[in-house]
Amino acid sequence: MKIDRRSFLSFVVGGAAGTALTPLPWKLTDDLSIWTQMWPWTPVPADGEITYENSACSLCPGGCGISVRKVGDRAVKIEGMKGHPVNDGAACILGLAGLQLLYSPARVTSPMKKEDGKWKKVSWDEAVEEITEKLSELRTEGKSQTMACIAGTDQGTVPRLLRRFLTAYGSPNFMTVPSARDAHALTLKQMQGIDASLGFDAENADFVLSFGSGLVEGWGSPVSMFRANSAWQDKKAKLIQIEPSLSKTGAKADQWIAIKPGTETAFALGLANMLITMSLHSKDFVENNSEGFEGFKKLVSESYTPAKVKKITGVDEKTLKMLAKSIGKALTPVAVCGKGQGKTPGSLNEFAAVHALNALMGNINQKGGVWAVSETDYIGWEEPELDEIAQKGMAAPRTDGAGTEAYPNAKSLPTRLPAVINAAETSPVEVLLISGENPCYTLPGTAAVKKAFDKIPLKISFSSYMDESAAAADFILPNHTCFERYEDVPASADPAKSVITLSKPVTEPLHDTKHTGDVVLMMAKALGGKVAEAFPWDSYQACLEETMGDKWETLTEEGFAASDITAESLVSGKFKFFDKEYKAVAIEGDEKKYPLIIIPYDSMRLASGFIGNPPFLTKTAPDTVLRGNDIVVQINPETARSRFLFLNDGDNAFLSTPLGKAKVRVHLFEGIAPGVVAMPRGLGHTAYDDYLAGKGANVNDIVGPVEDPESGLDAAWGIRARLINVPV
Amino acid sequence: MSTEELKEKEVCADSCNNSGGFIILFFILGFVASLISGWIVFPKLLYSQKRQPIDFSHASHMELVDEGCESCHFFREDGTYAGVPKLAQCVDCHEEVQGESPDEEIFVNEYVAKEREVPWLIYSKQPDCVFFSHTAHVKKGGMDCETCHGSIGESESLKPYEANRITGYSRDIWGKNISGLKKHTWDRMKMDDCSECHVENGVHQSSVQTGKGACFMCHK
Repeated sequence: MKIDRRSFLSFVVGGAAGTALTPLPWKLTDDLSIWTQMWPWTPVPADGEITYENSACSLCPGGCGISVRKVGDRAVKIEGMKGHPVNDGAACILGLAGLQLLYSPARVTSPMKKEDGKWKKVSWDEAVEEITEKLSELRTEGKSQTMACIAGTDQGTVPRLLRRFLTAYGSPNFMTVPSARDAHALTLKQMQGIDASLGFDAENADFVLSFGSGLVEGWGSPVSMFRANSAWQDKKAKLIQIEPSLSKTGAKADQWIAIKPGTETAFALGLANMLITMSLHSKDFVENNSEGFEGFKKLVSESYTPAKVKKITGVDEKTLKMLAKSIGKALTPVAVCGKGQGKTPGSLNEFAAVHALNALMGNINQKGGVWAVSETDYIGWEEPELDEIAQKGMAAPRTDGAGTEAYPNAKSLPTRLPAVINAAETSPVEVLLISGENPCYTLPGTAAVKKAFDKIPLKISFSSYMDESAAAADFILPNHTCFERYEDVPASADPAKSVITLSKPVTEPLHDTKHTGDVVLMMAKALGGKVAEAFPWDSYQACLEETMGDKWETLTEEGFAASDITAESLVSGKFKFFDKEYKAVAIEGDEKKYPLIIIPYDSMRLASGFIGNPPFLTKTAPDTVLRGNDIVVQINPETARSRFLFLNDGDNAFLSTPLGKAKVRVHLFEGIAPGVVAMPRGLGHTAYDDYLAGKGANVNDIVGPVEDPESGLDAAWGIRARLINVPV
Repeated sequence: MSTEELKEKEVCADSCNNSGGFIILFFILGFVASLISGWIVFPKLLYSQKRQPIDFSHASHMELVDEGCESCHFFREDGTYAGVPKLAQCVDCHEEVQGESPDEEIFVNEYVAKEREVPWLIYSKQPDCVFFSHTAHVKKGGMDCETCHGSIGESESLKPYEANRITGYSRDIWGKNISGLKKHTWDRMKMDDCSECHVENGVHQSSVQTGKGACFMCHK
């Protein structure tokens, strides 16, 4: 038998004929089509029971109630909690994208220690032991005041536990990053002599004069403000936006008054003069509730005449007159300030001038006006008993200068801290705790902040994410994310609403993280003595339940505890008009070398605070903000053609300031004055994950802080800059 | 022509005649081999066999419950179908070991005690592109579970789960019979089997393109 070519072919033909009579070809075709339509590596959402868990959103200080939709154990969607006093079923774009933070690759999955510049996983016990050993050492050396803490807020039990820890340990250096809220509180203190927070009865106002406040761009409690804006549209209330560039709020306003950047105070005082001249101010308020009106009248009538105001602000007399008339006609006019989202405090003069306008409108503590809300404290812990070391430490002056002779009213000035540390030979801060804040990204002048960071021997971050400050720290003791923990969330951005929402875990912790409240208790117990005694609770949970007392039941059942703002919760104090001419806050940079002015702006589509943008949110940023990996700045077409610049829309350029240089692209926009550059906040992260790092530039890299002479707070509203063509 | 050349030609003729037989033989060989591989070897290669994490007797549970299949495979309040029971349901009775079955012991010790869900393999899991609502079929259409799932409720133990090595889906979708032929309605769960019933009962035969059932009834 000889097998030749022909017999082989015959075998193949037989095989083919046989195969055709088997299910093999048809079955394989079917399977391949199923396979190609549903690649096995494509993730398929798990099936399961659909449930909703009520919780609080703490991605911003807005204090919204959320309802998280779950399928089985997986959280799949965030919705607004229906019936919640702040957001009533609505949610903002950051909140909607929030679950991406829970499942983010930027999560820190276990406690970490930096060794030779590299991260090493350690156990919780090891980490806490090593840190408390160092803390004990400092105490024995009598240097307890060299421990400092930068927290996102001073409200709520966790920040208060941290503050209590510092107090019992013996350090006055508990800091929070100030915002417009602090400037408002200082204004009330200065002008009315009261300790209160300034709220704004947005729903009942019928004429809103906004001094650059991004009312629909995240100012105050964002969702609450969106709802107020809708209400204004419905009842035909007027919104007037006074801002150098046409922001989203300006575009939605009834009138946009374009003023020269940084001249809001002069405008407010010019308008005050106009109101007084036209006798449209509230005489009742002036006569019964204020003092020093004559001096103020003299000041504005002499120094803020329409002609002078036009010279300073660029706004003519006719506009001022029309505005004054409209205010006169309105039932509940109100003026608000705090630029953009109100994250930076700004000049106290500006706040005082705007508050004086509110006084002239007679709306302080009135319906639809501004309210001085007493700072009620639901955390009624007894003051901790201090041992000798702690007493000595607490008597030391604060490192940031707050509360000292130079800045008597300021509570906390972390923007001053980098300069203090960098000026000293050895850092006056030896241990820094960072909780709910990302100073290496959010503080202005990041280069100085990072330099100061490097000088601090021990930095401990409680961040859930590998943010810039966590990356620069020596230890990370990761907190559960807000979707995995119990915590009280006061709606601190909106003092006109007294609401505490309960943050509840919507899922079991995904990683080896620990509640910061529990870590503080662990550290206090390890230090022993009076420090341990200051914390009588077994766990954070026990502390929270005990602190909330009667409210705990309401919180667990309803999800939030709200109390109405009544006349009793408002604080009155005689209004003192000022009569001194103010000095405008000068921004950094020499006009000749830097002919342009950068004004940073906020957007709902870019989270610029402690929380970095989740990928869904970044996707919504338009190409006039982020193009590819480049940040886009807005300039007037006239700017693009002047000063030897030859820029077209979308061109690359360098934006240079006294602090540094950033690569940008330009967007030519008529809605911005010539000579001004609008730059979005919230880009230019270097840490986090691939979805966020390396996109654009951080405003804080090229804008530094400018100290307000009155308060010590950061009053920078911009910086001088120049654009340089990119050589081709 | 020389004698040698003639000899060669004879040899050639012989072998050529013989090769004719060989050709048929090889054809048959190829034919039979492919039939064997197509009908017997291929299905064995195509499917991998997996055991369920623990064995389970539907029959013995059916004796104890009042509402048949729906006692465990129930509909939630919002109308969605709960599918395979979760630990929470089993725990009511199986907090501790009840009988003598080793599988129950494993279940109690490994899953109940450790609060781990049993990773059951689901025989009737459809590909992700298929939308199927149990409520629409059972509650509204009044169908029995047996129509699609057969007499699983009477089974004493769980059969091995056969996963298609290409698609990853269960063999029960195509059906046990590799030829794709079926005797009962529950033998297969392919699209044609769904549409057979839909055509018979005139379920939304409203597609403009095909005049039959609209695609998006199941492919959302």
